[in-house]
Amino acid sequence: MSIMSHNGGSVIAMVGKDCVAIASDLRLGNEAMGISSNFQRIFPVSDRIYLGLPGLATDVATLREKFRFRVNMYTIKEEREIKPETFAHLVSSTLYEHRFGPYFIEPVMAGISKTPTGGVKPFIAATDLIGCLNFAKDFVVAGTASDKLYGVAEGLWEPDLEPEDLFETISQTLLNAVDRDAFSGWGALVHVITKDKVITRTLKGRMD
Amino acid sequence: MASADGGAYSYSLTVFSPSGKLVQIEHALAAVAQGTTSLGIKATNGIVIATEKKSSSILIDDSVIEKVAIICPNIGIVYSGMGPDFRILVTKARKSAQAYWKIYGEYPPTRVLTQEIAGVMQQATQSGGVRPYGVSLLVAGWDNHRGPTLYQVDPSGSFWAWKASAIGKNMINAKTFLEKRYNDDISLEDAIHTALLTLKEGFEGQMTEKTIEIGVVTVPTPEELEQGNIGGETGRPKPAFRKLSEEEVRDYLAL
Repeated sequence: MSIMSHNGGSVIAMVGKDCVAIASDLRLGNEAMGISSNFQRIFPVSDRIYLGLPGLATDVATLREKFRFRVNMYTIKEEREIKPETFAHLVSSTLYEHRFGPYFIEPVMAGISKTPTGGVKPFIAATDLIGCLNFAKDFVVAGTASDKLYGVAEGLWEPDLEPEDLFETISQTLLNAVDRDAFSGWGALVHVITKDKVITRTLKGRMD
Repeated sequence: MASADGGAYSYSLTVFSPSGKLVQIEHALAAVAQGTTSLGIKATNGIVIATEKKSSSILIDDSVIEKVAIICPNIGIVYSGMGPDFRILVTKARKSAQAYWKIYGEYPPTRVLTQEIAGVMQQATQSGGVRPYGVSLLVAGWDNHRGPTLYQVDPSGSFWAWKASAIGKNMINAKTFLEKRYNDDISLEDAIHTALLTLKEGFEGQMTEKTIEIGVVTVPTPEELEQGNIGGETGRPKPAFRKLSEEEVRDYLAL
């Protein structure tokens, strides 16, 4: 069995119209045995950036603290909030530091950045476990249900979704994908990030 | 500083004198004050940094001398004081900028790079077996966060942000001159002329494109930023900092 699927779990992020969404299931397992149905793996980085860490649970905790440390140091040193694009590069270089003994995590991030002319730009990105960045215009997926997530997202996602429609799309995508995966599921958590607020909702899922 | 030779606190390490002075740092500042004059002026739409480059003999090939250095596409620096010390700092600053790029995928803001250089210079005042750097720097750069900014770094490692400043041989006169000439809504073109005029004040000999070096920061427009500020031929982002060519310097001198 792969160490990447030891604890299970999946994360997906999607772009909407002036908004982004990021969602994850809540299962923590030990191989096929379920341990918890309330395991959080999406964390706020700033007011407008969220980071999802699917993969080995011990590395979820380690990386969460590592990024908290690095982002805090950045914020203090530079006297500004980190931009989503910059944060994505930070994630990438942090993972690549451990190129030959990697953290078993495939991060997914979602955020909203300001454009120089004062508009907002939705941003999502994902990397593999050694930090190869994937900037997508539509959606990114990771975790044990990633192949299923790809399939459902390809079918459901469409451009320029408003926050509420985006919530519906990402929720249906996630719930239906994890139902086809034994290592993901047991409820879900969805964040929709808009220009002026973040909507967070917990979803019930099948418990089998 | 009691005696002319600096007394017992001038040798080997930087050690506090009983009066609380670090005499080695004051000596370093003296080395800076002997160096050629450099100055920087911040304008509304950019920054100019300029220096005189005088060679001791007409036989020296002065086209190879470089006193204004590009650190990364958005930051350039100029110095007064010891040339060799400057080159070391330039190398360290460039490495630091590239290291920053490797982590964050963008070049450092001016303030961060200035802090980095200042840190290097401070280290030389507290480490064993070394002397402080014999240079003062003017760091000019542009970044998204703070826009165009001009910093001065001294051998002690202290740094300040300036609207306009001068370092080196004629710094006192040049600063007085700048104080008279400066206003908050000066344009980059005017700033370049003011810079040349200020240099002319204490200039020995002929001011030509061979004996002057100028670097400018140009602030990108919001539109340029939106489209990634791509330059024509290379397809790369246009650098905010660039050095003026000899032809450009000649044109400014002619006006």
